[in-house]
This record gives sequence, C-alpha cells and structure tokens, in this order.
Amino acid sequence: MKPSFLKATLAIVQKDLAAEFRSRELLTAMLTFSVLVILIFNFALDLNIDVRQKVTAGVLWTTFAFAGTLGLNRSMAVEKDRGCMDGLLLAPVDRSAIFFGKAISNLAFMLIVEAIVLPLYAFFYNEFRIFQLEFIAVLLLGSIGYIAVGTLLSAMAVQTRTREILLPILLFPIVVPVLIASVLASGAIIIGAEFSEIRAPLNLLIVYDVIFIAVSFMFFDFIVEE
Amino acid sequence: MQKKPILLTILDVLSIIAIGVATYFALVFAPTELVMGEVQRVFYFHVGTGWVALLGFIIASIAGIAYLISKNMMWDRFGLAAVEVSAMFFLITIILGSIWARPAWNTWWTWDVRLTTAAITELIFIAYFMLRQGIEDPEKRARFGAVYTLLGGLSAPITFMVIRLFRSIHPVVVGNPSAAAQGGFDMSPDMRNTLFVALIAFTILFIDFIWHRVRLGGLQEKVEQLKLKTLGE
Repeated sequence: MKPSFLKATLAIVQKDLAAEFRSRELLTAMLTFSVLVILIFNFALDLNIDVRQKVTAGVLWTTFAFAGTLGLNRSMAVEKDRGCMDGLLLAPVDRSAIFFGKAISNLAFMLIVEAIVLPLYAFFYNEFRIFQLEFIAVLLLGSIGYIAVGTLLSAMAVQTRTREILLPILLFPIVVPVLIASVLASGAIIIGAEFSEIRAPLNLLIVYDVIFIAVSFMFFDFIVEE
Repeated sequence: MQKKPILLTILDVLSIIAIGVATYFALVFAPTELVMGEVQRVFYFHVGTGWVALLGFIIASIAGIAYLISKNMMWDRFGLAAVEVSAMFFLITIILGSIWARPAWNTWWTWDVRLTTAAITELIFIAYFMLRQGIEDPEKRARFGAVYTLLGGLSAPITFMVIRLFRSIHPVVVGNPSAAAQGGFDMSPDMRNTLFVALIAFTILFIDFIWHRVRLGGLQEKVEQLKLKTLGE
C-alpha cells in the first residue's frame, strides 16, 4: 500500500532528525563554523559600534549562507555514501515527498543553527534589535528560499565528480536574490525603518520562495531519476 | 565525414561582411557624440553583443525545457551552444562597457543593477560549465545542464529586480531623456541607424556561431561513438 504524501514526507523528516540527534555531526559542524565565521568577521571588519550598525545583517546572512552549504552537502552526502538514496528511491512513495522531506529537515537544521547563533551574536555585540518579529520573519523567508534551491542543487552536486566543491559554486549565483533581499530587509529592520521600506524586498523574497519551491519540486524528479 | 553545409559557408561570409559593415558604421558613419566624444562609439557594439548574449540566454532556457520534455540530445547540443556563445558575448559586453565607463563614470566598474546582474549571470555560466565537466554520463549531463540553465534563467530576472532596489546609475539610453546626467544621450537618426546595423550584424554572427557549435557538438558525439566502437572490436 502506498503511504500518503504527508506521511512519507514526515517519515523522511523524522529519519533525518533522529539520525542527527543521535550523531549531532551536522549541527555541531554548522554551529562551530558559524561562530568561527563571526569571529573572522569581527577582526576582518573591525566590528565596532559604528560599523556594526551597517553590517550586522550582512554578517549574519553571510554566516548562515556559508554554514548552510555545510549542512546541505552533508545531508545529501550521507544519503549517497551508503546507498540510502537508492533505498529511498525504491520506496513506493512519491519522489516529491523525498524532496520535501529532505528540504524540511534541512530547513530545520538551518533554523536550529540560526536560533543559536542569533542570541550568541546579540550577546557578543549587545545587539538586541535582532529579536523583532519582522526580523525573524525575514530570516524564515530567506532560509526557506535558500533551502528550497539548496536541497535541489545539493542532490545534483552530490552526483558529480567534484561533489562538495561544486555546491557553493552552483548555489550562490542562483540564490543571490534571496541573500540581497534578506540583507536589505533585515538591515532596514535593525535600524528601525518604516514598513514601507522593507515591503519591496519582502515581496521579492516571497515571490522567490514561491517560484523556487514550485520549480525545485518539479525538477527534483529529473535530478534523481536513473 | 559529414560535409559542411553550403548554407553555413554562406552564413560565414555574410557574418564577416555584416561585422565589417557594422564596424564601418560605428567608427566612421556615426556622428561623434558631443559630450562624450569618440568613446561613445563603443556603445554600438556594447548593445549589439549585449543583445545577442541575452538572446542566447533565453534560447538556452527554451532548449532546456525542450530537452526535459523530449529527451532529444539535439536540444542539449543546442542549449550548450547557446550558453557558450552567450557567455562569450556577455564577457565582451562587460569589457566594452568598462572601456566606456572609465571616461564616462570615471571608474571601470560599479555595482550597478545591470553590471551586477551581468557579472552574476557570467558566474552562472561558469557554474554551468563546471557542472557539465563533473558528469561523465552524457544523458545525465544533458539533464542536469537543462535544469541548471532553467534555474539560472529564473533567478537572473529576480536578481535584476532585487538589485534595482538600490539606486542605479546605468543610463537608459532608449526613451529616457532624463538620463543625460548619468551618461545617457539622445540618439540622432544616424546613430539610430548605426545601432540598428550593429544589432543585425551581431544577430547574424550569433546564428552563425550557434550553428557552428551545434555542428561541432554533433561531430564530437560521433567521434565518441566511433571511439567506443573501435575499442569494442
């Protein structure tokens, strides 16, 4: 009997989360890496109070984008290395359920990392304006767009000869609108701009998310077919 | 051995003549622009190459869709040809633009909407080539290539819109009189004609290049098949 779409998706999410909470390989790597990136930024940009005002959004988004590729690579490499992907593909479920399952667990990892890095950043730099509802909303929208394309492209990269090296090169030029719009919107929120100023980037983020979730979902079949 | 089609030879000659004529028009026929002087002449080839680069990008996306639907390798060769030719023309457009920007804006480069989008598009092309290089199976290479072209084709316009949220200084030459301060200008009829000639010349050259590249792709495939055959015997 074919399980329902929702059930199949949730099963994959559950599998990924359970595996991760047992090994904690991926989250540890992503978190440590994030803190290191912020540390490097601290000295590279000399994050004093004037500079911080302008670059907080940029620093955070760069950190998440870099840490994100680590997570995406790892989450697909695990499937490929031990032949798990073939097992998943053999399962009598819709292929797109596999995509959504992987995407949701990737998103969960990304959000967990963000949920830990944000308070850390606030603690280090005394920047508590990042805890605004609007800021969190932008973070969520940006992460969704990033992960939708990232999940698709990591499934692609893992099947090539160059593997891990290829993912950021494939992903960043495609995901650039998300990063720019997110930085614009969250930067404006931090300095307390009017809502009318963040509406344009916010709209573009939503448009990007909708288009790329739909497209990635459509293309995933082409990527995993053998 | 597959012979070179006669029509292709005619097109070769035609594109050489057309580019020659366009060069004459741009360098001699067109009047010198009053404010910017001779350097403005680069504009005709800048727009000409930019136009075919964009055309190549659109054609590559269409070829990508056609491949995913039909799974006919012909479309893959077509798409690859379009991306390669488009990447080259994009690079020429950027370089010509820089040559113009140095005296006009007093800088080689600025992170303007069009410039940034062009740079990112060029990076998408490079990523596309790297992706193809990393896959041995031709069928898979075609499939991944098509998907990636489409992702690029969808994201590039959004990139353009997002960057436009920052202010742009790139002149909008056609139909925008207020752009003069940024290096825009009104075109005289002779300038318009020159631009038109350049656009046609580059379109002919573009078709010629694509045709050559598609043919080359076909020959490459044949060589590979022959190799496999001889090795098998």
